[in-house]
Amino acid sequence: MRRLLLATASIAALCGGAQKALSQEAPTQTLRIAIAEDGDVLDPSVARTFVGRIVFAGLCDKLFDLNEKLEIVPQLATGFEYTDPKTLILTLRPGVKFHDGTDMDAAAVKYSLERHATFPGSTRKAELGAMDKVEVDGPLKVKITLKSPSSPFVSQLTDRAGMIVSPKAAEAAGKDFGLKPVCAGPFKFVERVAQDHITMERFPEYWDAKNVHFAKVVYQVIVDNSVRLANLQAGAIEIGERIGATDVDAARKDSKLNTAVFPSLGFQSINFNLGNGPKSKLPLGSSALVRKAFELSIDRHALMQVVYNGLYPATVQGIPAASPFHNEALKVPERDIAKAKALLAQAGVKAPVPITLTVSTSSDQKQVAEVIQSMTAEAGFEVKVQATEFASMLSAESSGDYEASAIGWSGRADPDGNLYSFMYTGAPLNDWKYSNKDVDTWLDAARATTDVATRKALYAKITTQLHADLPVLYLDNNPWITVSNKKLTGFRPIADGMIRIQGMVLAK
Amino acid sequence: MRGHLGQRLLQVLPTLLLVSILVFCLQQLMPGDPALVLAGEERDPAVLAAIRTELWLDRSLPIQYLHWIGGVVRGDLGFSWRIRQPVIQLVTTKLPVTLQLGAMAFIIAVGIGVPMGILSAVKRNTKWDYIANGVGLAGLSTPNFWLGIMLILLVSVKLGWLPPSGYVSLAEDWRQSLATTIMPAFVLGNAIAAVLMRHTRSAMLTAMDQDYVRTARAKGLPERVVILRHALRNALVPVVTLGALELGTLLSGAVLTEQVFSIPGFGKLIVDAVFNRDYPVVQGVVLVTATIYVLLNLLADVLYVVINPRMRGA
Repeated sequence: MRRLLLATASIAALCGGAQKALSQEAPTQTLRIAIAEDGDVLDPSVARTFVGRIVFAGLCDKLFDLNEKLEIVPQLATGFEYTDPKTLILTLRPGVKFHDGTDMDAAAVKYSLERHATFPGSTRKAELGAMDKVEVDGPLKVKITLKSPSSPFVSQLTDRAGMIVSPKAAEAAGKDFGLKPVCAGPFKFVERVAQDHITMERFPEYWDAKNVHFAKVVYQVIVDNSVRLANLQAGAIEIGERIGATDVDAARKDSKLNTAVFPSLGFQSINFNLGNGPKSKLPLGSSALVRKAFELSIDRHALMQVVYNGLYPATVQGIPAASPFHNEALKVPERDIAKAKALLAQAGVKAPVPITLTVSTSSDQKQVAEVIQSMTAEAGFEVKVQATEFASMLSAESSGDYEASAIGWSGRADPDGNLYSFMYTGAPLNDWKYSNKDVDTWLDAARATTDVATRKALYAKITTQLHADLPVLYLDNNPWITVSNKKLTGFRPIADGMIRIQGMVLAK
Repeated sequence: MRGHLGQRLLQVLPTLLLVSILVFCLQQLMPGDPALVLAGEERDPAVLAAIRTELWLDRSLPIQYLHWIGGVVRGDLGFSWRIRQPVIQLVTTKLPVTLQLGAMAFIIAVGIGVPMGILSAVKRNTKWDYIANGVGLAGLSTPNFWLGIMLILLVSVKLGWLPPSGYVSLAEDWRQSLATTIMPAFVLGNAIAAVLMRHTRSAMLTAMDQDYVRTARAKGLPERVVILRHALRNALVPVVTLGALELGTLLSGAVLTEQVFSIPGFGKLIVDAVFNRDYPVVQGVVLVTATIYVLLNLLADVLYVVINPRMRGA
């Protein structure tokens, strides 16, 4: 059975000691964070956007967090233990308060987990699908019974499913909880002006208050990439997330700015419709040989160089290089036009092969599609690029009204989060209706075991099989690009892309 | 007069009802399922069903419409499906922002466009005319988003004179408010100034060829008086009409500028709502906009009658 990380807690305590001098006076500064879009509702049970997760990082602590090595480290819980493969015991941090002054205890954890799992319209149900029941096992002990052994379960608690809300506030607000969320994070919610900003103020009773060096944090919505950078250059904000790859050179040349380009957990891919409606009967959906030919006609490295200034590493798998489960044996294939043509001939398909590639309306996605259009033409494909806004694309994918569709996924710490929902037969995000019994068996087996070596071997088999079947053509592991003012120190580049304010300091 | 007003008011209601039906029906034509957008990565049919039930999406369209319009009649425009804020709160927060931006842009447009048009006409075929025409053409052909980004880079990043983006309300800090809106107002006003300049020039040229201008000159009036009091006053009629039309465009067409300068205005609100299939926001914003237009029209009609009683029967 696995015990959590006393060593990490000790390191955190040491870091806390180093920050002691800083914490002696109440902070007065404001941290201004530029976010690339407006988030959705600030209720962790129903929130769904990536940008919302960034805002939650200042507002709602989770049971566990991730560190730079993607290890699970304590936050509201100080440890976990499996007493048997289906029984998980969480030990909670003592003396933690919610923003409304109530105690964060085992009853609150039980309430929050049950709320995530049962709240009408909750988007956490799949994440907590393995959970059977939650019981209070003492003031600071929670017993979770799982329906079946689930190794990714604890990693789900490092994200929104692990955010604990004040039961008193949640009960009182009901569905409107997201208008004024009450959690146990470093900052309290103050106001939200839609499409403009979200303001929070320091929570003095925060359990790790000595590591919070700002009186206020403002999340400023700045949609345009260049304008986000201009705000950084002008000193109007301290840190900006998802800066454009094409702006990195300018940011690096600016002596006032720090540019962090670091690996993410996510990927960009092209998904082929294999079995969802009539469009799956087209050559691309019905023949793995045609999909292989399509892949071999693309030079991923050149594609990344052209569109993303070479900053995005090319990939062929859904497990990012930052993960210990990454399959190092799988290499990005070289472009091979002759072989691609031969595969098309073997599949009995006559060139040109017409393909409709649906992409979002973002300029880089359209550029990716155009480069692919040009590359694949040499092998005998005739790609028609169809740019569609997000909601229409989502509906088209769900109903099978597409042939090939380019999407991005921000990624999850456990490989299960990047694969199971997309590749398991009948899984919720498997819009392309891929089905392979071996892959299903391996995915289930990787969920059921906690042994890292066994899981790594299983994920190697899964990624190899997926690369052979090619339901999804992975293109790159898009990195996070975060730019900050040099006066701001303490930003921790962690692959989940969150901006953790704890430990960040702004020199005067 | 009272009867006329009552009659006009009676016409307003069916107009708004028609607008409400139109906007409700048109948005149903948009592809994309709001429940799918709201559920994100969660595709549990029970979750999707719960979302549809909560938002009345599982009812027939007429029932959905009646549910919404019933709320509107009671003063409740519903709530944003995306962020759960009441639509009325979103509208009342955003409308003043766009009105301020529009008013400032209009003042800039008139302040630049009309004098340049006069100068260009008075100094016809001189270097002033060419310069004014060149500036006008540049204003017309410069894309708003490009000009916006260039201004941010020059004025905010290089010179550090103004904040690069964001918005502060007049009530909060009027100086900061002007500092945050002057650049976007200039960008918006720039294109309109060019249109106004071209129209003013052409109207002035026509006016200056008229007999009454020749007569004024023959009377020995100073050229300044001839131009400003005789020619311009008559030339301004079509310019004012055009200006009013452009003012309407400003209220609805500031989306790109709002995006570049991160101004949380009406245009951005409705565009985001359309992309996110946030139907109550789309419906609410369109209805409020239509109401404002209809009421302004009504006001104009009433003013016509006040000014000219002969129009009562018209």
